[in-house]
Amino acid sequence: MTNSNVRDLFPGALEMMILESLRRQPAHGYALVQHIQQRSNNLLQVEEGSLYPALQRLLKARLVKAEWGVSSTNRRVRTYEITAAGMRHLEEEISSFERMFEGIALVLNPGESTAN
Amino acid sequence: MSWIHDIFRRRAIYNDLAEEMRLHLAERTEQLMREGMSRKEAEQAARRAFGNRTVIEERSREVWQWPTLESIWADVRYGMRMLKKSPGFTAVAVATLALGIGANAVVFSLVDSLVLKPMNVPGGKNVYTIENQRGGFPGQSYPDYVDLRDRSHSFDGMAACEISTAGLDSDGNPAPIWLYTASGNYFDVLKVQPYLGRFFHATDEHGPNSAPYIVLSYAYWASHFQSDHGVVGRVVRLNKHAYTILGVAPQGFSGTELFYAPDLWAPIVNQQEIEGSSNLDARGNRGRWVVGRLKGGVTPAQATADLNSVAAWLAKTYPKEDEGIGFILARPGLAGDMLGGPVHAFVAGLMLLSGLILLAACANLGSLFSARAEDRSREVALRLALGSTRGRILRQLLTEAVLVSLAGGAAGLAASVVLLRGLSAWQPVPDMPIRLAVSPDAHTYIAALLLALVSGLLFGMVPVRQVLKSDPYQGIKAGAAGAVGWRRITLRDILLAGQIAVCAVLVTSSLVSIRGMLRSLQSNFGFVPQNTLQVNTDLNMAGYKDDQTAAIQRRMLDAVSNMPGVTAAAYADRVPLNLGWSSNAVFQESATDYKMANASLEAMEYFVSPGYFQTAETVLLQGRAFTWSDGKDAPHVAVVNQEFARKIFGSETKAVGSFFKIWNGTRIEVVGVAEDGKYATLSESPKPAMFLPILQSPASRTYLLVRSNRSPQDLAPELQRTLHELDPGMPLKINTWERELGTALFVARAASIALGVLGVLGAMLAITGIFGMAAYSVSKRLRELGIRIALGAQRKQVLGTALGRVFRLLALGSAVGLVLGLAATKVLSFIVYQATPRDPLVLIGVVFTMLVLGLLAAWIPARRALLADPLILLREE
Repeated sequence: MTNSNVRDLFPGALEMMILESLRRQPAHGYALVQHIQQRSNNLLQVEEGSLYPALQRLLKARLVKAEWGVSSTNRRVRTYEITAAGMRHLEEEISSFERMFEGIALVLNPGESTAN
Repeated sequence: MSWIHDIFRRRAIYNDLAEEMRLHLAERTEQLMREGMSRKEAEQAARRAFGNRTVIEERSREVWQWPTLESIWADVRYGMRMLKKSPGFTAVAVATLALGIGANAVVFSLVDSLVLKPMNVPGGKNVYTIENQRGGFPGQSYPDYVDLRDRSHSFDGMAACEISTAGLDSDGNPAPIWLYTASGNYFDVLKVQPYLGRFFHATDEHGPNSAPYIVLSYAYWASHFQSDHGVVGRVVRLNKHAYTILGVAPQGFSGTELFYAPDLWAPIVNQQEIEGSSNLDARGNRGRWVVGRLKGGVTPAQATADLNSVAAWLAKTYPKEDEGIGFILARPGLAGDMLGGPVHAFVAGLMLLSGLILLAACANLGSLFSARAEDRSREVALRLALGSTRGRILRQLLTEAVLVSLAGGAAGLAASVVLLRGLSAWQPVPDMPIRLAVSPDAHTYIAALLLALVSGLLFGMVPVRQVLKSDPYQGIKAGAAGAVGWRRITLRDILLAGQIAVCAVLVTSSLVSIRGMLRSLQSNFGFVPQNTLQVNTDLNMAGYKDDQTAAIQRRMLDAVSNMPGVTAAAYADRVPLNLGWSSNAVFQESATDYKMANASLEAMEYFVSPGYFQTAETVLLQGRAFTWSDGKDAPHVAVVNQEFARKIFGSETKAVGSFFKIWNGTRIEVVGVAEDGKYATLSESPKPAMFLPILQSPASRTYLLVRSNRSPQDLAPELQRTLHELDPGMPLKINTWERELGTALFVARAASIALGVLGVLGAMLAITGIFGMAAYSVSKRLRELGIRIALGAQRKQVLGTALGRVFRLLALGSAVGLVLGLAATKVLSFIVYQATPRDPLVLIGVVFTMLVLGLLAAWIPARRALLADPLILLREE
């Protein structure tokens, strides 16, 4: 099932990206997939469907809220919006992710400084 | 509580999700079509990009679920489907467990209400019955009670009461009622609050007959006063004296004894008006039951020591009555240890037997489950092969076991509740409000549920080893023909043999007790109860004074004797084997000091009228019976039984013409010797008894015995008319003597009924067990049997092959059970008269019963084996 060239995302990564996308602008599922793929320059191949379990988890944790509506292209869509709790959660996740990333980079490249 | 909210919103959430995913695919498809794909290509590409829609939807849904709980629920639903698919197995398993649980729920409820529960009053754990050290008899005299109450320091209070009867007239129609005469502090010591009105208190007592008050029981108030709230303050007539109704006791309060539910309570100081005579000042007359409430912090041992320091004082101060007196504390409710001992022994026996029933049921379940697991070995193998874990499969099997045990437990409990309701409503003794206070409550339900779960789980585990061992490859390859190990002795064989042994024990003991019961009914009582009516009259209730009673009793006797069909009639103060008896100390003629310690023996005492021996058909072996000239002024005479004659005079022949003395020094001449009989209980050893002329010591409460050659139904109304012609206001109760015997037979009868029921349960379990095993063995080997038939096997050979093993197990189990059962019945002989295991009829009966059970249970499987059609069977594979 898994393509060995495509790396699995670590747990919570997809949620983080969804939240980040929604912070910029509320969106429905299809738009979210498009957005994430474009922003990652198609480096991340997200199986479109796997978005939905993640969205349900976020809904359950009340980090996002959803509402049925009509899109600009006149389609019936369910639009997701980030909540205040979602904002806070995203901040924490990003800072902890950055620290982890820094740590990994240090281990992988011991000679270099962490130029950003 | 957002999760509760989530549960109810779930359907909406799932619908939203499905819709959203559908729209997603649609949008992607349109996008791809805009990019130039055909609709079909676009749809396929969109689906590929999306992934496995079902899995994704399921994973999305899981977010909202409790995975463990819901997979258990799935197990439950699957288990239900599986059980529904094999209704035979389910029915047998549930019925088996229901029998086991039902029997145990009933017995537990008995134990709970008779032994475990404290008295139903506030702080009931601290209430004790004060009984005599000697003989464990709970009766105390009133003067001793007063001294105990006032001189002991360990009790918050001590109350006395006594069971009594009186005639109550509230509407012009006097009827006999049962009551407690109770000390003034009775309700205060028990800390009971009235339902209506007030209770009487110690402050209401101002000497004999000073407190004309009664308190009604809730049940009597409801049944005889139609729950009228206006009864408080009403004046009724008790034995023709005016009494005021003070109040109504709360529902469920029936005094301190478990077996007795009185109609009302009256102050003990009014004993003279209620009973016609008073013994409040007789220190030697020990008829009161005394209960005391321990002070906080005082242990029963300290209280006993305290009581016995009072006892020492009593013995020193009143040596004539109280020499050697001593007290102990007993649990209240069962007349101290007098009833308590036998009841506890009986209940313990029942617990043992019902435990055996449960054991048999469990063994049965175990073999059923194990047979079923073997039948399902293919399914298990398949599931293992498809990647299921063994733990998951075990969980599934256990879920089924729990389902079966819950269903069985519920069914058993329902049956036991019906039975217990019946028991509570049962009136085993005519004329007296005796009841078995057993009502199922939360304790019973919890106990039954736990028992059901434990036995279900325990025996649902039997096949665990089978499952853990099973090898999917072997399982599927071997298919249904898994005949491996058939010749070996399996766990199932042991379970079946053990179960049959237990059932045979139960069948044996119930047969022994029933046989003993039948025999005791045919044994010689020393009188002939058939064709005789007893008329219970209390002239005191009818308002007659002492000197009038003898005259009216004579007129009653004459009137009855002249009725057509009456062959003999007499009256007596007591009748052998009726409820209650009286005995008295007998001294040698040479005795001068009438202390209890000097008595030669204690003899049953009956005051009888002329004609008694003829009416009772008690054989007079020597001398003469009483005549009308053995009156007040004539010399004191007696008729004694053989045992009395042997013990006092050395032989029956020397008795007539000899003398003996009784407690007050009266010198009595023996004029006749009567045959021995049964007096208090059927299982008693021979007891000395003496019959004295009732004319010489008149009693107002008597039994008129009427022997006739007419049917009782015919004679009774006429008897009542005749007696009411003499005095229309006379309270009467007419019963056949045989029915009154029910009292004496009560214990033995209760034991026989209990054992009989357990025996039937055991038999039913044996049937289900044998049936299960036989059916399984036949179905397992049906193909083989078909081949045998095809090859020309005879019916006998087929049956031998199919059921030989089952019947060998049956024979083995029965033999073991029979031996154990016979050993166990030695215990029975204490309760059931003439219950002897050395009885060829019982032996034959047990063997016959087990054989019939085996044939009955194996009937259907045997038919199936004989009808095995080789062609059809071979075609199946």
